[in-house]
Amino acid sequence: MVEPLRQGTSVLRARGLSRHFGGLAAVNDVSLECCMGEVHAVIGPNGAGKTTLINVLSGDLPPSSGRIELHGRDVTGLASHQISRLGVGRSYQKSNVFLPFTAFENCRLAAQSRLVSSMRFFRAAARYRAVNEAAERALVEVGLETRADVALASLSHGERRQIEIAMTLATRPQVLLLDEPLAGMGAEESARIVELLRKLVSDHAILLVEHDMDAVFAVADVLTVMVNGNVLESGAPEQIRSSKAVQEAYLGTDDSNTTD
Amino acid sequence: MDFGTFLIQLLNGVQYGLLLFLVASGLTLVFGIMGVINLAHGSFYMIGAYLAWSLSERFGDLWTAIAVGVVLTVLLGMALEWLLIRKLYARDHLYQVLLTYGLILVFEELRSVLWGDDVHGVAVPSALGASIPLTETLSYPVVRLWISVVCIALAVAMYFLIQRTRIGMMIRAGASNREMVQSLGINIQLVYRVVFALGIALAAFAGMIASPVSSVFPGMGNQVLIICFVVVVIGGIGSVKGAMVAAILIGLVDTFGKVLHVEIAGIKLLPELAGMTVYVLMAVVLLWRPEGIFGRRL
Amino acid sequence: MDRRKTAIVALVLCLAALAVLPFVSEKFYVQLFTKILIMGIFAMSLDLLIGYSGLVSFGHAAYFGGAGYVLVLVSPQYAAASLWTSLPIAVAAAALLALGIGMLVLRTSGIYFIMVTLAFSQMLFFLFHDTKIAGGADGIYIYVRPVADILGWKPFDLENVVHLYFVVLAVFIAVFVLLRVVLASLFGRVIEGIRINESRMRSLGYATFRYKLACFVIAGALAGLAGYLSAIQFGVVNPDMLAWHLSGSVMMMVILGGMGTLVGPALGAMVMMLLELGLQSLPEVGGLDIGRHWQLLMGSFIVLVALLLPQGLIGLLTKRGAKKAHG
Repeated sequence: MVEPLRQGTSVLRARGLSRHFGGLAAVNDVSLECCMGEVHAVIGPNGAGKTTLINVLSGDLPPSSGRIELHGRDVTGLASHQISRLGVGRSYQKSNVFLPFTAFENCRLAAQSRLVSSMRFFRAAARYRAVNEAAERALVEVGLETRADVALASLSHGERRQIEIAMTLATRPQVLLLDEPLAGMGAEESARIVELLRKLVSDHAILLVEHDMDAVFAVADVLTVMVNGNVLESGAPEQIRSSKAVQEAYLGTDDSNTTD
Repeated sequence: MDFGTFLIQLLNGVQYGLLLFLVASGLTLVFGIMGVINLAHGSFYMIGAYLAWSLSERFGDLWTAIAVGVVLTVLLGMALEWLLIRKLYARDHLYQVLLTYGLILVFEELRSVLWGDDVHGVAVPSALGASIPLTETLSYPVVRLWISVVCIALAVAMYFLIQRTRIGMMIRAGASNREMVQSLGINIQLVYRVVFALGIALAAFAGMIASPVSSVFPGMGNQVLIICFVVVVIGGIGSVKGAMVAAILIGLVDTFGKVLHVEIAGIKLLPELAGMTVYVLMAVVLLWRPEGIFGRRL
Repeated sequence: MDRRKTAIVALVLCLAALAVLPFVSEKFYVQLFTKILIMGIFAMSLDLLIGYSGLVSFGHAAYFGGAGYVLVLVSPQYAAASLWTSLPIAVAAAALLALGIGMLVLRTSGIYFIMVTLAFSQMLFFLFHDTKIAGGADGIYIYVRPVADILGWKPFDLENVVHLYFVVLAVFIAVFVLLRVVLASLFGRVIEGIRINESRMRSLGYATFRYKLACFVIAGALAGLAGYLSAIQFGVVNPDMLAWHLSGSVMMMVILGGMGTLVGPALGAMVMMLLELGLQSLPEVGGLDIGRHWQLLMGSFIVLVALLLPQGLIGLLTKRGAKKAHG
C-alpha cells in the first residue's frame, strides 16, 4: 500500500487532456491538478464536459490526446480497473450500483476488491471477516448501517446515491473522483455528505464535480470552471466567485441545483 | 494452377461472397434496426431455395418461381413479425436466440413434411444457359455472372433506399429512437414489419437465385447462417461496408481453400481442412481486432 | 414451512427417489435416468455461464463432445482404458479447449459473443466431421468401457447398467455441491457482480476478463465431464456430440428449468428428455407421422417457453410459493 503523503503534494495531474467524439471535442486541452488534502471542484453548465473529464481520468474512456499522471507516473490509457487499483476511486452521476444486491453486499463486493485476491473458489465469501468489517465501516460512513440488508432496488434514490459513494470509499482509494455526488439528495443527506467530504479531505485528494454551489463553496480549495469542453478559468474560490467571465458564463445565469 | 483455373476460382469466390453478403445484409438489417437477432434467418435461405425448386417445377420456369416466391416470402415475413417477432423487441438477446432457434426446428420439420428430405437441383434458365470463354479450353457460365450482377444491383438499390430516400430515413430514425419516430406520427410497427419482411426476403431471394448453381438440400439454411455470423463478426456489426468486405474475403478463402493443396510438415491442411478456413480467419480477426475490421471500437 | 425448508425437503426427496430407482424399475428407466443425470450435469455447467455470469454461450457442445473425442483418442481400440487416467485427461482437455476458445471469444460481448461461441463449436464439428481423425461423420465406437481398476481391486463395473447409474448419480451430486460452494465463494460473488454490472466491477478494480475466463474454463471442464460420461454410456462418439443442435438443446434446458438456480437446469434437463421421448413415441395422426417429425412440436414448445416462461419452471414454482406465503 502507499505511504501517507504530505498535504499539498500533487497526486493526480492532467496535462492537455482531450477527448473527441467524432467531430465533437467533449473535452479540449484540459489541464488540472489534484493535491493531497485538497478538494478540487470542477463546475460548469451542462454539457461542459465534466463527466467526460472524469470518465477519462478514471480510465472508463481513453483520451484522444494528453497525459494523465498519478503519483508522477504516466497512467494515460490504462484501463479503469488498473487505475482503480492504483488508488483511484470514482463515483458515478447516475447510481451505478448492483440493484439486486443488498446495501451491505454492494459495499462488501467493493471492499473485497482491495482486501483479498478473489480467485478463491472454496471458502464462503461471507466468512472473510476483514471484508465484512470494511463493508460495515463504509455503510457507517454514509450513515446507512440500518439499511444494510435492504436490496438496492428497494432503497430510495437518495439512499442509492449514498451507497454509490460508500462503494467508492470501500475500496479505500487515495484519490476520489466524485461525479455530482449530491445529485438527487435531500438537504439532510447532502449535509451529511458535505461533512463526510470535510472529514475525508485531510488524507485524500478529491476531485469534485458538482452543481450544488453552496456545497462547492463550502468545501472547495480550488475551482476549475469548464465551458464547452474547455477550461474557462481556474483558481481559488474567491477569485472564481468574483470573476466576470465566470459569472457571465455560468454563475450569473445558473440558479444552483438545477440539472437536467 | 494455371491462369484460367485461377480466374474461374476467383470469379466463383466473388460470386459466393456476394451471395453471402446478400444474406448477411438481411440479418444485420433486422438486427441493426430492430435489435432482434433472428437465428431462423438461415432457414429463409433454405425456404427460398426449396420454393424456387418446387415452384419452378409447377410453373415450368425459374423466373415466375422467383417472382411468386418473393411475394410469398414477404407475406410470410410480415405474418411472422406480427405473430412472434414483435414480442421480442424489448427482450434480452438470450430469449431472441432461444425463440428463433425453436423456429429453426419448426421450419426444418415443416420443410420435411412439405417437401421431403431429398436433395434437389434447379435447372438453369435457358436465357442464362450460355458460357463465356475465358481461355482456349475454359469458359465461365453466364448464370454465375448473372448471380453476381444481381447481388451487386440489389446492394446498390438497398444503399439508395436506406441512405437516400425518405422511407430509408424513417427506417434509420426508427433504429435510433423508436418513441420519437412514433410521436412524429410514423407507424413504427409498420416500419418494423416491412423491415423484417425485407430482411428475410433478402435471404430467401439469395437462396432462389443461388439454386441453379448449388444444390437444394436440408442443411443449407443452418450452414449459411453460421457463415453469416462469421461475416458479421469479421466485418464488424453495424457496418454494411464491413459485411461486403468480409463476405468477399470469406468467399475467396472458402473457395480457394477447397482447391489448393497445402501440406506442412507432412500434415495435409488443404483441401482436407477446407471447412475450417473460415473459422481460422475469424479467430485471427478476433485476436487482432475483436470489434471487426470496420467495427466501432468502444 | 418457509421456502428454504421446502426446497431442502424437496431436494432430499428427489435424491432419495433417485437412489431407489434402480431397485424398483426396469433397465430402460435406469438407462434413461443415467442419460438425464448426465444432461443435468451438462445443463448445470451451462447455467454457470448463462445464469450466473451472464455469458450466453451457444457453443457449449464443443466441450461436451471434445471430451468424448479425447476419450476415444486416448483409449486403446479393443481394450479398456483406465477410468482414473482417461477421465482426468478428457476433462483437462475440455478445460484447455475452453481456455483457448475462451481467450478469443471473451474479447467480445453481447450478440457477438453468442455468434462466435457458435462459430467455434462449428469449427470443431467440421474438424471431426470432415477428417479421418476420429471416424469422420460416423464417429468411433468404444467397444470396451473404461475400467475402474485400482491395483487389482474393482470398486465398480461400468459395463453394469446399475453401477454406471450410481457412478453418474454420485458425479451429479458432487458437481452440484461443487458449484454451490464455488458460487458462494469470493470468486462466485465476483462472477455475479460481473453479470449484474460489469463496468462497475471494473471501476472497482476487478480485472473482469480473468474471472470470465476462469468461469468459462470451469464450465467447459464440467461439460467435458458430462461428455465423457455420455460417451461411456452410449459407447460411441460422433460429431453429433459437437453439433449446435446439442448446444441449443442444453440452452433450452437451462432456460426451461430456470436459469441462475442450478436445480432449475437439472430439472429442465429431465423435462426436456422426457418430452423428447414422449414426442418421439407419438402415433400417426391423419397420415402425418408426428413421431418422426417430433421436432416440429419441440420447436413450438421452445418458442412458447421463450415467450411465456422467461423465469423457467423454478420461477413458476417459487412464484406460486410466494403467493401462498402471502395469503
